[in-house]
Amino acid sequence: MRPMRLVCASMVAGGLLLGPPTATAQETPQALKQEIDQLRKDFEALKQQYGDRLSALESKLAAAEGTPAAPAGAQPAPGQPTAVPVPVGAQGAGGPSGALPVYGAAGGSVASSKIFNPDMAVIGDFLGAAGRNTANPTPGLEMHESEAAFQAVVDPYARADFFISFGEQGVNLEEGFLTFTELPGGLLTKVGKMRAAFGKVNTLHNHVLPWTDRPLVSQNLVGGEDGIDDAGFSVARLIPNPWIFLEATGQVFRGDSGETLFKSSERGDLSYVGHLRGYYDLSESTNIDLGLSYSHGHNPSGIVDGVDVGRFRTNLYGVDATLRWKPLQRSIYHSFVGRTELIWSHRDQFDGLQKAMGYYVSGDYQLGRRWFAGARYDRSDRADDASLLDSGQSLLLTYWPSEFSQVRGQYRRTKYAIGPTANELLFQFLFSIGAHGAHPF
Amino acid sequence: MKRMVLPLLIAVLAALSARAQGKLNVITTTEDLASIAREVGGDRATVEALAKGYQDPHFVEAKPSFILKLQRADVLVVVGRELEIGWLPPLVQQSRNSKIQPGSDGYLDASLNAQILEIPTGQVTRAMGDVHPLGNPHYWMDPENGKRIAKSIADKFSQIRPNDRAVFQQRLTDFTTRLDAAEKRWLAQMAPYKGTKVVTYHRSFPNFAERFGLDIIGYIEPKPGIPPSPQHTLDLINEMKRQAVKLVLVEPYFDLKTPNAIGRETGAEVLVMPPSVGGVKEVTDYFKLFDYDINLLVEAIKKTGAK
Repeated sequence: MRPMRLVCASMVAGGLLLGPPTATAQETPQALKQEIDQLRKDFEALKQQYGDRLSALESKLAAAEGTPAAPAGAQPAPGQPTAVPVPVGAQGAGGPSGALPVYGAAGGSVASSKIFNPDMAVIGDFLGAAGRNTANPTPGLEMHESEAAFQAVVDPYARADFFISFGEQGVNLEEGFLTFTELPGGLLTKVGKMRAAFGKVNTLHNHVLPWTDRPLVSQNLVGGEDGIDDAGFSVARLIPNPWIFLEATGQVFRGDSGETLFKSSERGDLSYVGHLRGYYDLSESTNIDLGLSYSHGHNPSGIVDGVDVGRFRTNLYGVDATLRWKPLQRSIYHSFVGRTELIWSHRDQFDGLQKAMGYYVSGDYQLGRRWFAGARYDRSDRADDASLLDSGQSLLLTYWPSEFSQVRGQYRRTKYAIGPTANELLFQFLFSIGAHGAHPF
Repeated sequence: MKRMVLPLLIAVLAALSARAQGKLNVITTTEDLASIAREVGGDRATVEALAKGYQDPHFVEAKPSFILKLQRADVLVVVGRELEIGWLPPLVQQSRNSKIQPGSDGYLDASLNAQILEIPTGQVTRAMGDVHPLGNPHYWMDPENGKRIAKSIADKFSQIRPNDRAVFQQRLTDFTTRLDAAEKRWLAQMAPYKGTKVVTYHRSFPNFAERFGLDIIGYIEPKPGIPPSPQHTLDLINEMKRQAVKLVLVEPYFDLKTPNAIGRETGAEVLVMPPSVGGVKEVTDYFKLFDYDINLLVEAIKKTGAK
């Protein structure tokens, strides 16, 4: 191709050079100039035409060789990204694969250092409330939480996950832990601050809850919104058996969770969580998930003037069950999740042992690709006075504009042990930017 | 006699050690990769796919039962290009299997040697919908890529089981030869209909269209991963009428309401066309996938007179 183009170009150029002398004899300089312009245009058109054909052929050749065809005129325009190679092993686990587009001044060293940046995402959780609630009032409008997530592989042996939640005022390290993926004996080990494996709701971040709030039983018995969320170690092992997925988790924490749940006064006041999870596929579209949980720690009821004179403890017992249905071929349109958690709290105090119990039952049905309807029933004693019983009912409707945002409305009626019944309309906007996180299961 | 003993002994020992290793336990994310891995692995490998061919591979549930499968795997073959980003990473992390962690020897991203289309060149934002920044992940819908995937798999298997290298390479050659012959047949079937205009639901068919000469003029989804909107559907109907498009291709996991409405408006035929092995019952392997899709297309083109 190249020689041909040269020949054509030189012919046109020759014409340009040879043309003028013959023309000067008969015509005015004006006409001459026009003719030259015309020739120049012709030459440019010809050049363009051959250039296009050449790059079309080149991209065809590239396609035939199996390399991704570069777009015609492969020179990146200023402001366009250039590609940098991804190191082997960076793909998967949320990491990139293939050539990465790099924006801005694509200086080699700057570009390649960006590859090792963790996957970053920010999830916004905006909450609004209308109606009357004197017992547990929340603001009318609130940017409830902005959660920043940073996740990456540390080295060939471990990965790290950080979730930092910003309220309107304070900042809280919701989770920040290291996971060893390659320990012998099938042990999955985590070190850091994490949400404890007590039941289901306690392990979930706000933005993956099917409600705008947490159930009463979580608020009353399992440490409020933050739940059991503490610094420590976690070890989980699969228990081999021919029938079901069975996983046992053991966790040791410093012993500080929630406002009134666990409080450590000495280094030895550790809290412990044990969890056993069984999972079984009833069919390809239906499965059941069962859990047993136990937790133990020192509670703050015996602290007088900053000194833990009582040395009182709390034991928590939990049972959870989740039934999921999702027909595979229509999985993006219809699904159902039914869940329940029952929790018993045995809390030692100056006035003796308080045995409180609470539970919730909830169901969520996906009506269509974007619509979900749900309901929840709540009932829970209070941990420090088991004679006080709160109960509530909620109805929910959720709309998903896309995978990355959702709008939710919740009508909630709560009958508190003390004070008038609260009727509230809660609404929530959830939105996520940045790396594509895994869908919750 | 003595000279024969040593080679014989070596052969026996090699055979024994190969047996001692057992079959290669292969898990793939999709049934297409499983079908190709079976072609390459033969009786030296057991192959199982996580997702079914009739489910949307972007939205697979991260079921704990998959963790058990991954825990025992020697090799994990993934489609890559972020197709599985919503569900695979947590499963691999919890698998407790160091062999299949990304970057380990047992982890194979099948896209690395394939021809990838639609790699975005400008700025990528989610205003474009659920766009794949690393290119369109439905690349297996081109038999040329099938051969490349098979070669990657054969090389990976050979690396992990060097004793069986000859078997894997032999099976790869055999698969490639059969696929070459089949591809010639498919191309000949489609040759008279080159340039036929179609509309598809999702961007699942660019590689298929490029190989077999279809001209995709629009999508039922306004943007990848965004469900159809009334305005976009109207625009699409007008465009289809203007260009006299007679075929609408829908993946088996999408709702047929909008496609059928478009079909009624434009007189186009709506085809449920599987982009994966297992997408419909008859499609049990990689060859049957193209057999089925091309027969379906040719029949429909003949019937509607689509151009």
